Amino acid sequence: MPETLEKQPTVSVKLTIKDFQSDQDVRWCPGCGDYSILAQVQRVLPEFTHKKENYVMISGIGCSSRFPYYMDTFGIHGIHGRAPAIASGVKIANPDLQVWVATGDGDGLSIGGNHMIHMLRRNLNIKVLMFNNQIYGLTKGQFSPTSLLGQVTKSTPYGVIDNPFIPVSLALGSGATLVARTMDRDPKHLQEMVRRAEHHKGTAFVEIYQNCNVFNDGAFFAFTEKDARDDTVVYLEHRKPLVFGKQKEKGIRLNGFTPEVVNTTEGKHSVSDLLVHNENDSTLAFILANMIHNPELPRAMGVFLATDRVVYEEQTQNQIARAKAKKGEGDLQKLLDGDETWVIQ
Amino acid sequence: MTKSVKTLEDVTIRFAGDSGDGMQLTGTQFTNTAAVLGNDLSTLPDYPAEIRAPAGTTYGVSGFQIRFGSLDILTPGDTCDVLVAMNPAALVTNVKMLRDGGTIIVNEDAFSEKNFKLGGITANPLEDGSLARFQVFRVPINKMTSNAMADMNLSTKFVDKTKNFFALGLMYWMYNRPLDQSIKFIEEKFGKDPKVAEANLRALKAGFNYGDTVEIFTTRFEVRPAKLPPGKYRNIMGNTATAIGLVAAAKKAGLQLFLGSYPITPASDILHELAKLKEYDVKTFQAEDEIAAICSAIGASYAGALGVTTTSGPGMALKTEAMGLALMLELPLVIVDVQRGGPSTGLPTKTEQADLLQAVQGRNGEAPLCVLAASTPSDCFSAAYEAARIAVKFMTPVICLTDGYVANGAEPWIIPKAEELPPIPVKFAKDPASFQPYARDERTLSRPWAIPGTPGLEHRIGGLEKEHITGNISYDPDNHDFMIKMRAAKIERIADDIPLQEIEGDKEGDLLVIGWGSTYGSIKSAVTAARAKGQSVSHVQIKYLNPFPRNLGEILYKFKNILVPEINNGQLIKLLRAKYLVPAVGFNVIKGLPLRSEEIEQKIDSILGGNNA
Repeated sequence: MPETLEKQPTVSVKLTIKDFQSDQDVRWCPGCGDYSILAQVQRVLPEFTHKKENYVMISGIGCSSRFPYYMDTFGIHGIHGRAPAIASGVKIANPDLQVWVATGDGDGLSIGGNHMIHMLRRNLNIKVLMFNNQIYGLTKGQFSPTSLLGQVTKSTPYGVIDNPFIPVSLALGSGATLVARTMDRDPKHLQEMVRRAEHHKGTAFVEIYQNCNVFNDGAFFAFTEKDARDDTVVYLEHRKPLVFGKQKEKGIRLNGFTPEVVNTTEGKHSVSDLLVHNENDSTLAFILANMIHNPELPRAMGVFLATDRVVYEEQTQNQIARAKAKKGEGDLQKLLDGDETWVIQ
Repeated sequence: MTKSVKTLEDVTIRFAGDSGDGMQLTGTQFTNTAAVLGNDLSTLPDYPAEIRAPAGTTYGVSGFQIRFGSLDILTPGDTCDVLVAMNPAALVTNVKMLRDGGTIIVNEDAFSEKNFKLGGITANPLEDGSLARFQVFRVPINKMTSNAMADMNLSTKFVDKTKNFFALGLMYWMYNRPLDQSIKFIEEKFGKDPKVAEANLRALKAGFNYGDTVEIFTTRFEVRPAKLPPGKYRNIMGNTATAIGLVAAAKKAGLQLFLGSYPITPASDILHELAKLKEYDVKTFQAEDEIAAICSAIGASYAGALGVTTTSGPGMALKTEAMGLALMLELPLVIVDVQRGGPSTGLPTKTEQADLLQAVQGRNGEAPLCVLAASTPSDCFSAAYEAARIAVKFMTPVICLTDGYVANGAEPWIIPKAEELPPIPVKFAKDPASFQPYARDERTLSRPWAIPGTPGLEHRIGGLEKEHITGNISYDPDNHDFMIKMRAAKIERIADDIPLQEIEGDKEGDLLVIGWGSTYGSIKSAVTAARAKGQSVSHVQIKYLNPFPRNLGEILYKFKNILVPEINNGQLIKLLRAKYLVPAVGFNVIKGLPLRSEEIEQKIDSILGGNNA
């Protein structure tokens, strides 16, 4: 059993959405999906019991990385791709802080990909909001590591030839302990995923489909628009069958290891044939993440995986505690003296 | 037979063998014994970047030079008096370091046709007369160690691994040293494996006894303790000194020490040292790369720890963007650069001073930082401590430059008293009513350190230009101009907080020799010799490289000539010329080794026109 830290400090005063809104003008383009993400986070954080001054928002560079400026918490707007590394230092130095990372598909998966995967494998208790818009917005429209094959952008006039990352797959492969996907246009679901991240002990990776209405407008409309969503999205719910469709008439069945769509109203298949989601099953999480490769299948939204693993900064603290228990509090003079001394009169 | 004892003032021994022969261990053992006997000393480990290059080859040769004496020892020696060579490759690659008339001790068992071939040697150097100007002792080390443990039923491979202790034992005999220190070491190190301990002990004693009984060695030498200032001493290596200097600073400041680091030669030992010190509230984070290493340290500093990152030249290059962030955020941060041969991967295990301009100027934008350098292994302690003190006081990153030579070298050190170390006061901002993220202290121009978890001080900082006082993002042209000059002025203010530059020798004269960092010993030796000849020469060794001490200009202007020896192609000289407009002359030898005092002395002679004053 991993040893655990003392209980997190909590507040008695109820915070409100206003407590998390900074005095800075929000400077994203009008209509940008980032506004919804900011609003949902500001709406949800007051539900929790942490002190406001214990929140630290860390970001890198990009449109999404302006996020900390708009949150009235502590925060660092860092350098491109390095938010996970800065956040790791904050969290290890003071595990009592609530550390969140706001990043994007370019910041988090391209220039900062290395830091991202290593933070995920270490399992620090840090929450990652990864705004995926499949484009570089701040640099005005080049392809990103999640842009689709063939996508025409400013830097790919003949189409993208780089195979895209599937962020959820990357996070699973890196050993993240909570992996989820949501979208800017479903505020309720987005709020729920923020809550799940908050409640998770360990690194939580939340991919958010976010519309860049200037450089990649409508990239996710097939999944995010209200009228399309019913048939193109399946919401993952723990211990529930994978059902979707306007009339809840469709579901996902596993044929071997391969998911397929079946109709549960035509007599051939019933709900009992359907795949039942289990957040704790990492094999299943990979199968669900891979659904993206088959255009016949709906896009899965929700928590793919939620598992427990000892968090990094607790182990750091535990090693210190054990060293002190064994050797006593470090005595500076003893350190200066070293093992062997001699005196010259 | 009676053996005579001769007293010497100082001796330089060079141990050389295969990378796998344990020469670094042998040298370190001899060093520790010399230190405990009260000799002053200086060491130079000289090893290849390859971990275990093929045995017997010249590129696999590892060396360790130690100079010890009853005098003030300033350098590990331009040349050595004794060369211990464990095989032909070690002999041919190191014999050029031996002074004429010097002593060679070779393991004659290794002088085989196979090893000549591996070492690329056509004729046996022991037979071809090429060593005529030296005194050569041929010792059958393999045979003797094997005899010493004949009854232990050990494999030849196992026995061969102990021959470094035979060589050590022989040198202990020759220089009249007790075996106690090394016996203790062997017992502690191999205590869990009594067979290994016994074998090494036997080899050590066999080496000692060999000297005592064999008739070829007729003279033993004695090197008396040095007249060092009174006090409690320990032997210390530079990287260890850096590590404990950082811990001492954190303790005195009442801060947790956070090291974000990525392994790199020759800086990794600082990470290793600090990783052991958990009971001192030290957190070490071996990051995924150099960039994450410094960024994690920045995050830790933001959270209220003393953030430190340690690296060498290539790692410095990777950290440059983050250094710029740290100086924009105006957070304390210590960056230790243990310089090595460059550019690019360069000479990882060799020393160089070629990162000075990178440290002072190597960032995008106007990005001045405080830079200081350590001059000797023990000075790494004070340099690291001072770097932390300035970083906290001025809320700025500070670069502490050491190099492979001081980092791996060792010397005796008067142990400071913990309670006498200079205080490092830390004040975290607490009051929401008066708090402004970029308001400045009138004297230091530093901004408040406001750490997360403090009620009412929620604020955001970042790499975008800040508005004066509020720290909000600002694209205002006048503000940008103001802030650039403000950040520069803050670094300049550090000059008010550091000691004035000291000068060794007269305050005016014909020539000032001015160096920085690890060239201290070489330059001091050369200047001392020149002054003994009556030459009008003085010496300045700069510790604070940015900003320079306030009085540096005044010192420079009082000399007719200025000589700047550096292990680079002329970097300090550029800074001096640019700031003080002085016609300085450089002396630049970039061989991955410390400068040779003798060569600096010759340069002094050439500037002053021969040997006369």
